[in-house]
Amino acid sequence: MITDIKLSYYPGCTLKTKARNLEEAALGALTALGIEYQELERWNCCGAVFSLADDDLIHHLAPVRNLIRAAQQGSDTIVTLCSQCYNVLSRANQLVREDETKRKTLNDFMTEEPDYNGEVEVTHLLQLLRDRVGWETLRSKVKRPLDGLKVATFYGCTLIRPESVAINGPSPEIFEEFLRALGAEPVPFSAAQECCGSYQSVANPDAASDRAAKVLRSVQASGADALVLSCPLCEYNLGTRQGEILERIEDAVPIPSFYFTQLLAVALGLEPELCHLELNGEAALKLLKAREYIAAAPA
Amino acid sequence: MGVLAEAVETKMISVYIMGKKYEVPETLTIMKAMEYAGYQFIRGCGCRGGVCGACSTVYRKEGDYKIYSGLACQTVVEPGMHLTQLPFFPALRAIYEYDRIEATAEAIHQLYPELFRCVACNACTKICPMDVEVLDYVSALKRGDIAAAAEISFDCIQCGLCSSRCFGEIPQYHIAQLARRLWGGKIKPASPHLTAMVEDIDAGKYDDMLAKLLSMDAEQLKTAYTEREMEPAMADETWKPSNTDGLLE
Amino acid sequence: MGQLTVSIRPEQRAKIQKVKEISGENVGLCMQCGTCSAVCPMVDSMNMTTRKAMHLLQYGLTDDVIDSKLAPLCASCHTCSVRCPRGIDVAKVFEAVRLLVSRQNIDTINLQEIAKGTLEKAPQIAFVSGFRKLTA
Repeated sequence: MITDIKLSYYPGCTLKTKARNLEEAALGALTALGIEYQELERWNCCGAVFSLADDDLIHHLAPVRNLIRAAQQGSDTIVTLCSQCYNVLSRANQLVREDETKRKTLNDFMTEEPDYNGEVEVTHLLQLLRDRVGWETLRSKVKRPLDGLKVATFYGCTLIRPESVAINGPSPEIFEEFLRALGAEPVPFSAAQECCGSYQSVANPDAASDRAAKVLRSVQASGADALVLSCPLCEYNLGTRQGEILERIEDAVPIPSFYFTQLLAVALGLEPELCHLELNGEAALKLLKAREYIAAAPA
Repeated sequence: MGVLAEAVETKMISVYIMGKKYEVPETLTIMKAMEYAGYQFIRGCGCRGGVCGACSTVYRKEGDYKIYSGLACQTVVEPGMHLTQLPFFPALRAIYEYDRIEATAEAIHQLYPELFRCVACNACTKICPMDVEVLDYVSALKRGDIAAAAEISFDCIQCGLCSSRCFGEIPQYHIAQLARRLWGGKIKPASPHLTAMVEDIDAGKYDDMLAKLLSMDAEQLKTAYTEREMEPAMADETWKPSNTDGLLE
Repeated sequence: MGQLTVSIRPEQRAKIQKVKEISGENVGLCMQCGTCSAVCPMVDSMNMTTRKAMHLLQYGLTDDVIDSKLAPLCASCHTCSVRCPRGIDVAKVFEAVRLLVSRQNIDTINLQEIAKGTLEKAPQIAFVSGFRKLTA
């Protein structure tokens, strides 16, 4: 199901380097699903966190500028993969749409840009898949169902809080529904909507490790085979750093982590190279091969 | 009987240099106007040709709050201009050994973590006297696109104005310079012609020609220059000089 | 029987006003139920619970909250805001506490002290968000 509404793709800083496994799998999948998109030619960092000060305007320039770029491309929707980017762009968009005074001040300040009045819609890929493809259609396009794969779907914070931008507001199980469409089996676990520690892994690494340990204990208790994520910071805190964090857990069992887009690409039967599984650590690749979701030997 | 050249009266205008009012001819550049007013440049003056970045100037126009920037040697004065110079900006420059750095985004991020303080306010782009899209290259650097950063920052003359206005206290122009150095020296494929030329030079191919030139006196040099063989204006690509000793094979 | 009167000094009132200005939130609405502390993912690492901090803020005792170093440990997860039964956007309140520090040009974290391994491996968003929250 292709629509002719123009769709801009906003990558975010991390997706071209450390999280190219999140990006390339996604873009391959979008093409395979027949969704036309256009990467923003010119974009800047969104700011990663939405400024929570009522009297602050300068920190809203970064996300609003990107919305202007999407409008300049003739798009009415901007899609993003990174949870943090999704959060900032959505909230900035809401601010512009709801606060006339702030909108005017921002537009007046950015004399070098055209005015922006909330013309673009911000969406996360999970929402896009639900709305433009639909779970049934997605299921019908799956070539390699992830049968038997028990997954812990980690929402984290920025996809679901505050309520004004929650992707699971209208569909409380959007992430789980996505994975069921791929044939996988989401397992419930208490930490699904808790925080991974976020930027504390830079500011207070010890406290961040404690937080991550709590999440990983919960995942372990659920019996999941794999952890599924949407955010490069969650992946860093729970995936990349897992080795040192497991030392804080008794009877710890390493658990492979994947971006939701990688599982999407695998289920759609796309070339594994798109997924850059080497960035996920050995356990991830091993799991996929052992279950024969991807060929054991290179094609 | 000769024709006397008509005395052309140059209109004088008022400009404010560091807050003090001066009357200067309206046709002068800021740099010439400051010298006309009696200032002598021992800093903040370089090539006088718009490429060295020494004479960066910030100014206002009469009654207008907006801040403008320009190079003093290239910008003509306007009536009611209020100006001052920024001969140097003390932006932090990381210390590194070029030969030891890997040409990766991570290397740049490690040397300049302050890069991540950028809030995309665009003050840097707005102040740049060379119209470099500074925010665009900072964004490229944050996402690790060294090639794009090198390309976008190409016209940068290292004047430091961007850093002086930066909300995040980032030394944009130093980081861009590192990106260009890494791009040019370590990422971009080496041109085979350049490599061949350097080999020729090292092998001494041009030593005799240079020695000959160095032994000439002023008159001989002048003659050699005026009598040099020049490519005709409408020659096509097959034209060659009569002596091809100096050309690459 | 004596009456206990609690009086708030003008300088404390000014601080309550300042927090309101920056955050847009009225800390007076807090009924001390403790839900914010119960859901806070970082509370175990903090020296003070968010509930207690809110109480101190109701009296304008911002310095005590700043000294507790609670606000820098906040991960901005917004669970407190989502769960507060009084509808207070608690995340914004603690952002205001952070800003009371950073707007005095004080850095809570030092860029130069970040471990090399972290600089190498952490995603860019970690630095962008961390610096936004904790540097001046």
